[in-house]
Amino acid sequence: MMRYLPHTPEETAAMLAAVGVDDLERLFDVIPPECRRTRPMTLPGPMSEWELNGHMDGLAARVTPWSRARVFLGAGSYPHFIPEAVRFVTQRSEFVTAYTPYQPEMSQGTLQAIFEYQTLTARLLGLEVANASMYDGASALAEALLMAVRLTGRRAVAISRAVHPLYRRVAATYLDPAGIERRELDFGPEGTTDPARLADAREIAAVAVQSPNVFGCLEPLAAFAARAHEGGALCVAAFTEPLAFGLFASPGSLGADIACGEGQSLGIPPSFGGPGLGMFAARLAHVRQMPGRLVGETHDLEGRRGFVLTLSTREQHIRREKATSNICTNNSLCALAAAAYLACLGKRGLRDLARLNRDKAEYLKRGLAAQGVRPAFPAPTFNEFTAVFPPGFRERYLRLAENGLVAGFPLERWYPELSDHYLLCATEVHERADLDALIAEVRP
Amino acid sequence: MKPLSELSFPEDLRYVESHEWVRLEEGIARIGITDYAQDQLGDVVFVELPEAGKTLARGAAFGSVESVKAVSELYMPLSGRVVEVNAALSSSPELVNQSPYGEGWMIRVEPSAPAELEGLLAAADYRERLKG
Amino acid sequence: MNPVQAAAGLVFEEPLLWERGRPGRTGYSLPRRDVEETPVPEALAAEPPEIPELSEVDLVRHYVRLSQWNVAVDTAMYPLGSCTMKYNPKTNERQAALPGFALAHPLLPEALCQGALELIAALECLLAEITGLDAVSLQPGAGAQGELAGMLIFHAFHRRQGRPRSKILVPDTAHGTNPASAALCGYRAVPVASGGQGILEPEAVARLMDEETAGIMITNPNTLGLFEEHVAEIARIVHAKGGLVYGDGANMNAVLGRVDLGRIGVDVLHLNLHKTFATPHGGGGPGAGPVCVTRQLAPFLPVPRVVHREGRFFWSEDFPLSIGKLQAFWGNFGVLVRAYAYILSMGANHLEEVSRLAVLNANYLRVGLRGDYEPAHDRPCMHECVFSDARQRPHGVTTLDIAKRLMDYGFHPPTVYFPLVVPGALMIEPTETESKEMLDLFLAAMAAIAAEAREQPELLREAPRRCLRRRLDEVQAARKPRLTGSPPAP
Repeated sequence: MMRYLPHTPEETAAMLAAVGVDDLERLFDVIPPECRRTRPMTLPGPMSEWELNGHMDGLAARVTPWSRARVFLGAGSYPHFIPEAVRFVTQRSEFVTAYTPYQPEMSQGTLQAIFEYQTLTARLLGLEVANASMYDGASALAEALLMAVRLTGRRAVAISRAVHPLYRRVAATYLDPAGIERRELDFGPEGTTDPARLADAREIAAVAVQSPNVFGCLEPLAAFAARAHEGGALCVAAFTEPLAFGLFASPGSLGADIACGEGQSLGIPPSFGGPGLGMFAARLAHVRQMPGRLVGETHDLEGRRGFVLTLSTREQHIRREKATSNICTNNSLCALAAAAYLACLGKRGLRDLARLNRDKAEYLKRGLAAQGVRPAFPAPTFNEFTAVFPPGFRERYLRLAENGLVAGFPLERWYPELSDHYLLCATEVHERADLDALIAEVRP
Repeated sequence: MKPLSELSFPEDLRYVESHEWVRLEEGIARIGITDYAQDQLGDVVFVELPEAGKTLARGAAFGSVESVKAVSELYMPLSGRVVEVNAALSSSPELVNQSPYGEGWMIRVEPSAPAELEGLLAAADYRERLKG
Repeated sequence: MNPVQAAAGLVFEEPLLWERGRPGRTGYSLPRRDVEETPVPEALAAEPPEIPELSEVDLVRHYVRLSQWNVAVDTAMYPLGSCTMKYNPKTNERQAALPGFALAHPLLPEALCQGALELIAALECLLAEITGLDAVSLQPGAGAQGELAGMLIFHAFHRRQGRPRSKILVPDTAHGTNPASAALCGYRAVPVASGGQGILEPEAVARLMDEETAGIMITNPNTLGLFEEHVAEIARIVHAKGGLVYGDGANMNAVLGRVDLGRIGVDVLHLNLHKTFATPHGGGGPGAGPVCVTRQLAPFLPVPRVVHREGRFFWSEDFPLSIGKLQAFWGNFGVLVRAYAYILSMGANHLEEVSRLAVLNANYLRVGLRGDYEPAHDRPCMHECVFSDARQRPHGVTTLDIAKRLMDYGFHPPTVYFPLVVPGALMIEPTETESKEMLDLFLAAMAAIAAEAREQPELLREAPRRCLRRRLDEVQAARKPRLTGSPPAP
């Protein structure tokens, strides 16, 4: 007996009789012997619900959540407080256990919620249209570059080296098989990328810049957009921390043609790296080359407003090999969380939260500088920044980690020339005492 | 979808098996899709057409026509240079359904190989092919 | 028995978020400020975006009302073919929400995340055991990404052999993601027609297989719900010319505990955790699409991979032949937790039972429906069965009408118009979690609809009537797309 398998022996017998076989096994006779397993599966379990809880508690206890330690890690995943109302909304099983809204009449909940998400995303990023989301920020960037290639017909892109390294690696995975050339623009001593380094925009489909970049620094997006447009290329603005746009100018307002990045900060728990939320917004003129699902507004037979999936002919189930992408899902439930979180904050709340985030990081920056640990780069930052720790900090870093204080991320792992550089993140969840504790530990 | 008897195939046009029609107007070929094609597609929502000036060979894809649930390629019934594209279709794709041989025309082409005109089907032949 | 489960009741209209909001409201409780304000440089400060302002009450009511407009697995039967809409166990949600999992940063030093690394390693082993393949990557974030990984592995393998090939064989019953994924890797999809029996025939594959072909993509059971009986021979034919076999594991629910993909000759397989392994669909995602491979192809798997050394788990990038990364971090860990919990809850015997009952349920529907509906193939099926509207079309009723009318009876429609090889297809997959009485209600509803098609077809053409909305104008939505709400008033 198993609580997810409702059949009783009587029911099974009755059904077998209806089907006209005397044994369930007959239904599998069609499987040839050479395809069959030679021995039954060896798996643990079945565990009772109680045992499962104990087992999972045991595993989870051997992971350090940011709620039980002082973790100053950002670098693409950010600790933020998620209001209970937002968590409640994302747990409604009518959202959780529903399918993709292909039958719109009985899926208006999902459809309106995603239409709202698209709208809020477009407003947040300062562009005209946003899709229903992609897997994560990295794959969203890869798809943005492929879209630029389709739009311009040019088979090369330029990517700043200050774009998150893991994003650049995912972009490589998507672009290399298509034979798209990737040119790298190095960052400068200020921790930002110089648009003048973009030699000839006429040769590339797009230039991709992340702002705030991996070092936490704001990039000169407007200048990049201008330079890209001079050469008929697109400007793709990536991001890992969308809360920054509660304070600073949106990528669209600075001239970006496509804005793409990670929405995990918006009401989605970090969950050891996934699921996340690939946010993607672009200009309306380019919408037919945009990958991913789109929800559109329409009306029903009685003239009432309703929502449907639309412009589906871009997608794999219709175009098949000529599709704009092979993407079949969107991270719908994560998009719902993001929309609910933004709506929970509201315009003013978003501004206040963004200010508080920056102030926490600036406090940390000042406190460290007072101890002789200076920021690596002068460029303005949001809720993370790069600091140069005393030489040989590595050992102390590991000891501190084992005692529940993770002093940022050692950038040397991604940028070998940046030894002793640590990427530090401070958000609304880091209390003054936490910040002071870190400052005390990093004294040279 | 309508039965064959209810579909129209004007006698003065020529046709190809991929469901495009041709009307020769003082040496320039006006091209669109047939009543059968628009009926099969259902409501047309978008038509993708080439830029004027483009030169294409017979059988090459010159664009596509979309309904909500399907996309169909459009194929050149003859070789030549595109001299005009029906701009009305971008705001009113439904013209393809409402008037496939009239306002729903798609491109006008200057034929480069007049001999190809011999190979086009007459209305009766095209209708026969549809029955089979 | 009255098969109409859909009742009436108060369901509420609810405006859009920005129609609901009012300036000055807030739903958020800002954590206390304990640091000084740092002024923002003039040049950088910008107006915040126009996000609507709602009280917490508005927010909750808004979304609860929206949720009530949805039909979900938790409300009704959802017999979507090839989607495996089985029940999503609630204990899995509890596990995924544990702070150690939910609040874990992906870049924690390994010493601080041994529990997570262990779970990843354990799930990889479980999936290897279940499929009969040797190595697994949990990184792909969806089935389509798993397919992409598979195609990239093909590509990398062939390049290493010194012969990068250009074509891939794709059956006419394949899911649209198959050729799309192949095309992303630069492969040209060559269609293979299924035979009269609805399955692939070795001769057809042999005719097409050559040394320019990277391999074949096979879904087994296929999208007609039929087991590809010749799959082992087809694999031999493909291997003989140096090609690889890709298995689309979307239909794994039919064969758990029964087939050994390794023995069959599958080289790369993707699984859909949100199908076979009961993780929720979430209205379209997130899911997870792990990719499983033979020992020979293990070096090509995405990185990093979890390795075990001296009693501890570590990330390793030491795989020079890897196809690289597909997601920024390690995969949809939150989804992996749910699948892992499901497998532990079921154990081997119950997982085998899952397939037995999934196949029984589908066949029970098959025999119950064939009196009124035309089966695509009148023979036993696996976990799903396919019918068409051939008998209803003479009355001017189509598959679309049948689907819309089913809603009025309280069922989510089956998959419609897929696979493409069956015009007007109705693809029905009940899954094992539906009880006999639910299936009987479904059969009664379908019988009633067939009768309506004969006697009162307008009831179908005007359906649905009981949902929040009647049929929506998808043509207008595509012709004049409105993809965002009206811009806010200045």
